[in-house]
Amino acid sequence: MAVEPALSALTPGAFSGTVLRSDFAVFDRPTRSGKRLVFLDAAASAPKPRTVVDTMADAYSHHYANVHRGIYELSEDATGLFEAARGKVAAFIGAPSKREIVFVRNATEAINLVAYSWGRANVHSGDRVVTTQLEHHANIVPWQQLTAEVGATLDYVAITDDGRLELDDLREKLGNGPKLLAVAAVSNALGTINPLAEIVKMAHEAGALVLVDAAQAAPHMPIDVAALDCDFLALSGHKMLGPSGIGALWGRRELLDAMPPFMTGGSMITKVTMEGAEWNEVPHKFEAGTPAIVEAIGLGAAIDYLTNLGMDAVREHERYLFERAWPALGEIPGVRRFGPNDAETHAGVISFVLDGIHPHDVATVFDSEGVAVRAGHHCAQPVMLRYDIPATTRASFYVYNDLDDIDALTSAVRATQTLFAG
Amino acid sequence: MDNLYRDFILEHYRNPHNKGSLDPHDLHFADSNPTCGDEMSMSLVLDSSRAAIADVAFDGQGCAISQASASILTDGLRGQSLDEVRDMDPKDLLDELGVPIGPARLKCALLAYKVLQGAVRGGEVAWPAEAEAAG
Repeated sequence: MAVEPALSALTPGAFSGTVLRSDFAVFDRPTRSGKRLVFLDAAASAPKPRTVVDTMADAYSHHYANVHRGIYELSEDATGLFEAARGKVAAFIGAPSKREIVFVRNATEAINLVAYSWGRANVHSGDRVVTTQLEHHANIVPWQQLTAEVGATLDYVAITDDGRLELDDLREKLGNGPKLLAVAAVSNALGTINPLAEIVKMAHEAGALVLVDAAQAAPHMPIDVAALDCDFLALSGHKMLGPSGIGALWGRRELLDAMPPFMTGGSMITKVTMEGAEWNEVPHKFEAGTPAIVEAIGLGAAIDYLTNLGMDAVREHERYLFERAWPALGEIPGVRRFGPNDAETHAGVISFVLDGIHPHDVATVFDSEGVAVRAGHHCAQPVMLRYDIPATTRASFYVYNDLDDIDALTSAVRATQTLFAG
Repeated sequence: MDNLYRDFILEHYRNPHNKGSLDPHDLHFADSNPTCGDEMSMSLVLDSSRAAIADVAFDGQGCAISQASASILTDGLRGQSLDEVRDMDPKDLLDELGVPIGPARLKCALLAYKVLQGAVRGGEVAWPAEAEAAG
């Protein structure tokens, strides 16, 4: 591995993760192990490039006031930056209009917004909603709550031994005439890239709307909601180099227009009397109270950074790392990998277990090697149930990773096995 | 790190003491570690006085820290009165483990204590303050 030529020489049009590391201050930080930080946990939350941190510091220092309220220069300035960020999100996912972008805290809140607002208005007793066994809890529990509350049924699409959705099972579940299919673009626990275009087509032919959980996809590959033809899409800023506390829901304009508010209060109304209130237009109808102004601006800076790299190049970079890491892990005895075997349908997320060693112990030993990975059920316990395991260790890649990081990963696996072999 | 996985911890993990189930038993409780979902159960047999522990076993899968901790904790239980067990200080278990346990792993180290307290108190108990250390 170490003798491979530089990444930039091998992936024309892509970039060097080694070089990009200098864009992130966190990589200057010493680790308690004394070793270089090898960060392989972007799927949980991504580090922030200096440009995001600097943009936010500048916004707080020089452009901060409340938005959509003040009749003065500073407030107009802040409102302009905040709304420009909304435009950047819209462009980033191919939304026809920035009015279809609702700022929320994270993908979890985006999904809850749809479950509470659209769900309670449209899903009734006897109806069905479909999700999958592949989902993050954030795309399961809101639908469990909704269907339990209104007396509807929640169906789960099964997954195959190699972590793909069973499309025959999906067809069968869609045959029951559900109101909605809620499905991830990419599995956070297995790395599976779902065939979304095909899935959306199947769901629409069955008369169901489609909500896409893009928390793991938006940071790592191009997204185009118009081409996908989905109906709702949720994303989290913190997984795509942006700050925590900001995310977005995209929804078709006519759906958003027809939906009742999720939370109520200031700025989501046009008029309030003591008898009642009139709702503001979308997206403001769904943004009660002072929003996460600077976080939205920071998300805009993260989108600028990713757009500058090019989302096709980001995907290419991660595919390159996956294509080397997957077989490198596979050739180590005692390593069991999960998810699809091919790079076309597997994002830069590798879940694995080491025979006889608990994933928490794996992550602790990795930490002593400077390697940060996630261990646990990844908020996807139905996936763990499917493979009859309590947890996995998960390595996830992003723009700042390189082949040295893959070497560090495989070395850490061997070090862990050696320690436990005693 | 090599400190955390000292030989005696790994030895308890590979060959845990008192692992399995006791049937019949007088007291039994199962609980889990919310950070990883690992489950652990404990069965106790009381002596003729009904106030002290005659035998004990724990069961469940878990990491080296939780398994070694349960192995070490249960080793010291035979002959102890239920009152003594209820008054047990979780710090003593951490001391007995004798390795530096980071904040992310404290619940692993104290799961056995929590399950034991659930068994002798007849229901789930809160995590001890020692498990919530912020670092």
